[in-house]
Amino acid sequence: MSTFILLTITGLGLGAMYFLIASGLSLIYGLMGVLNFAHGAFLTVGAYATWWTSTHVGGGPGAKLLVGAIVGLAVGALLAALVELVLIRPLYERHIEQVLVTVGLALVLSALVEAIWGFDARQFPVPDWLIDTTTIFGANIPNDRFLEIATAVLVFLGLTAFLRYTRYGLIVRAGVENRAMVTALGIDVRKSFTLVFAIGGLAAALAGVLSGVYFGAVDPGRGTSLLIFAFIVVVIGGFGSIGGTAIAAVVVGLVQQYANYYASSGLGDLAVVLLLALVLLARPGGLAPKVAH
Amino acid sequence: MALIEVRDLHVHLGESHVLQGVSFEVPEGGVTALLGRNGVGKTTTLRALMGLVPRRGRVSLAGAELTRLPTHRIVQRGVGYVPEDRDVFAGLSVDENLRIAERNGSPRYELVYELFPELKTRGAQKAGTLSGGQQQMVAIARALLNENSVLLVDEPTKGLAPLLVTEVAAALERAAELATVLLVEQNLAVVARVAQQVVVLDGGRVVHAGGAKELLGDPERVRALLGVHGGGH
Ligand SMILES: Nc1ncnc2c1ncn2[C@@H]1O[C@H](COP(=O)(O)OP(=O)(O)O)[C@@H](O)[C@H]1O
Ligand SMILES: [Mg+2]
Repeated sequence: MSTFILLTITGLGLGAMYFLIASGLSLIYGLMGVLNFAHGAFLTVGAYATWWTSTHVGGGPGAKLLVGAIVGLAVGALLAALVELVLIRPLYERHIEQVLVTVGLALVLSALVEAIWGFDARQFPVPDWLIDTTTIFGANIPNDRFLEIATAVLVFLGLTAFLRYTRYGLIVRAGVENRAMVTALGIDVRKSFTLVFAIGGLAAALAGVLSGVYFGAVDPGRGTSLLIFAFIVVVIGGFGSIGGTAIAAVVVGLVQQYANYYASSGLGDLAVVLLLALVLLARPGGLAPKVAH
Repeated sequence: MALIEVRDLHVHLGESHVLQGVSFEVPEGGVTALLGRNGVGKTTTLRALMGLVPRRGRVSLAGAELTRLPTHRIVQRGVGYVPEDRDVFAGLSVDENLRIAERNGSPRYELVYELFPELKTRGAQKAGTLSGGQQQMVAIARALLNENSVLLVDEPTKGLAPLLVTEVAAALERAAELATVLLVEQNLAVVARVAQQVVVLDGGRVVHAGGAKELLGDPERVRALLGVHGGGH
């Protein structure tokens, strides 16, 4: 029983990180039709910016992590907005070129990170209270799991409120359905592209920070390895749907944890791919229709 | 001077050269109907005016060139668009479909709700669950919400029951008091009721332009140009 609880909460924590990456991917694809392969690089760069900043400020690990995270998130959002403005926008409506640019950018950014900081993992500042465990029904749960889950829940609520109650959110939801019609109402839909990229970059950087806490370190390949699962989450959840993404992220995180433990270690990834195949066979459009909500 | 001037407009879609030098003028005020057989390029013409398809040639509104502007800037010059398949946002409520169309601080909700009271009572309903006629009302309402000098309206009565056709025609008459309307319409009874001018497309060009009464009063001509019988059926 205690193992099951540990697995469940760890799976939810993993799902939380997948959600943070996948929500941005899903909105970007839903609105712009761009599969953003550079999204993992936003995560890596955000995590490295967090780590680098933390080594340049004083205080305990908690303070270092907090200041580092603020800088890391800002860097993630700015980088993403810049990428949209400088690389994606000039290729407006040329989706294949846009995707190729994001692939190239992903390679360039991880090469850059490797060149500057090397291949070795860098130690993340993690305060003790995040490493400590809390006992729930006999299971000792590392506290960072709760931070991951709580952060993802907050981001989910924030994104949902943004989509539902703001003018830009309205434009994004409409744009996911029919971009051309949004422009035919006199709206410069490209402004919302930049905004969605920035939000996606911020959420990815947040996943970078949390993964740094979870693993205790950051390495140049982190973004790429998480991105693959985030893509699977997006496909299962249905492009452009935040609710669908959240459900799919939780399911993928749990399936991965359970399969790794109850079947055999390493089977978790295979189980996720099987799940993807099953969902695509049953519902080719993913769990949710292509509507942002 | 004409409000809209279209000169030598060319559009290629895929392999086909759909518009091959379309030229016509729309006088200020009233309704000008853009007619022609299925597939001659009426929708494409409106989409080209809106900047929604790549086009060559000149389009000017009140003397100002539009061809270099992106779609949203053309709209901001005072052009409202009611597309052929309504294109309401299915996942948005009726209220949200209208709210997203607001271009300034004084949207004309009284006008819209006076013409289509149903939109008020159904405000919270998802537009995707509306009937075709109700969706058409949303599409027209979006264009009427703002003060436009021009409305481009594409087959607003397509697929509607007779009673709704009458309602939409009445709304078009009202719209024509507020803006110049360029209307694509297959239902010649509606054309006879609301339009003063007609422009007929065929083979990628304009083959006739003139008064609506003159053309519709000449069944031979109507059959030759449109391949249908005149007299409203
Ligand atoms: N995306 C497209 N690619 C290729 N051909 C198209 C496309 N859209 C429309 N067409 C063709 O352009 C022609 C004009 O279409 P359209 O403007 O919709 O005609 P209408 O509105 O007069 O019925 C048609 O023959 C149609 O098949
Ligand atoms: Mg048409």
